[in-house]
Amino acid sequence: MFTNLINTFVLAWQYTLSHADEFILALREHLFLVTISMIVGILVCVPLGIWTARSKRIATAALNTVNTLRVIPSLAILFLLIPYLGLSSTSALIALIVLALPPILINTDAAFRGISPAILEAARGMGMKPQQILFQIEFPLAAPVILTGIRIAAVEVIASATLAAFVGSGGLGIYITRGFALYDYSILFVGAVPVALLTLFSEGIISGAQKLIQYPQ
Amino acid sequence: MPYFLRYPDIIFKLTLQHLYLVLIALSIALIIALPLAWFLNRHKRLSNIVMGFFGIVYTIPSIALMIILIPFLGLNEKSVIVALVLYSQVILLRNILTGLDGIPKTTIEAANGMGLSTWQIAWKIQLPLALPVILAGVRISAVVVVAIATIGAKFGAGGLGTLLFDGIAQAGRTDKIWTGAIIVGLVAFSLSRLALYLEKRFSYPV
Repeated sequence: MFTNLINTFVLAWQYTLSHADEFILALREHLFLVTISMIVGILVCVPLGIWTARSKRIATAALNTVNTLRVIPSLAILFLLIPYLGLSSTSALIALIVLALPPILINTDAAFRGISPAILEAARGMGMKPQQILFQIEFPLAAPVILTGIRIAAVEVIASATLAAFVGSGGLGIYITRGFALYDYSILFVGAVPVALLTLFSEGIISGAQKLIQYPQ
Repeated sequence: MPYFLRYPDIIFKLTLQHLYLVLIALSIALIIALPLAWFLNRHKRLSNIVMGFFGIVYTIPSIALMIILIPFLGLNEKSVIVALVLYSQVILLRNILTGLDGIPKTTIEAANGMGLSTWQIAWKIQLPLALPVILAGVRISAVVVVAIATIGAKFGAGGLGTLLFDGIAQAGRTDKIWTGAIIVGLVAFSLSRLALYLEKRFSYPV
């Protein structure tokens, strides 16, 4: 069984080399889907999270909305969008953005809520303007928790971007669906292994960034 | 007439299948995770290795993981259930470990001093005190498992994913997709509500 596994890896490697152009295109499509949906997720959820942290009523509304969206599987969102948006990367992007929203929003909200009021009061007492407080006090203090949210979102988005292959938006998922269709494990590995590596890579980068900006408690 | 009114029997059957997959997977996952987390709590170094392993498993796309399991378990619900169990491990283990870590050392020491055995401490002190955090883990994994179980339809496990895949295969059957998506959402929502209720019910006043 073990030699079998190694054999499959070798075959997968050979397949990657012989389909190098296609692989690079798939990788680029995958990274495109992930990058765009993460950027949109961050641009929407970080400001929204700052807002919800300041108002209880908006917090309940926004958090409940994203949590409700979250219970619909990404596969279902993807399939629902196809009749309206067609077999396009827009459908895949929207499904991925919906997936990225909850962890980022929940963590941003929690991070800003968790800042001690005494610190904010001290900043105000020192005569800092609200804008200065936001960028020089609150953001640095909240950053590690926000980054945790971004890390969770990135893991889910990278893995789920494989579903995009179902709707013809490419990405590394094409090798998974192809491997399943041809019942060939080596092709499946060509898709699955890079996805797992990408996830671990992004986790490493984000937790490295987190350690860099972590304030000593 | 809308799809869900025309074929309530089919929808009922698929919902039951879906619930069956989810509940079996969650029960097996809990039966594995509870003793494993208890053991890892006492062996911190091993805990990093095991959590790292399940962390990597979590990064494998769900379709790929199910396909990998098929030659060993066959093209049926077994492969899907094992995949669901593997996915929920990382969430459950992390929460159970957090719950166990949150118990004050003095409480365990007091129980020890009163002559409780290791088994009694685990069953009567650690489990009840960690229960709210454990149930929070169950709630999160329930939502994840309900969602991933839809992909199981592609591998002969049935469930509500059948409606999604049928709807996309038969052009213009958006009604099937809508029905499937809404009912899956409702199932996930009610399971997480149930877990949330239990979580509040079993929280000890601190």
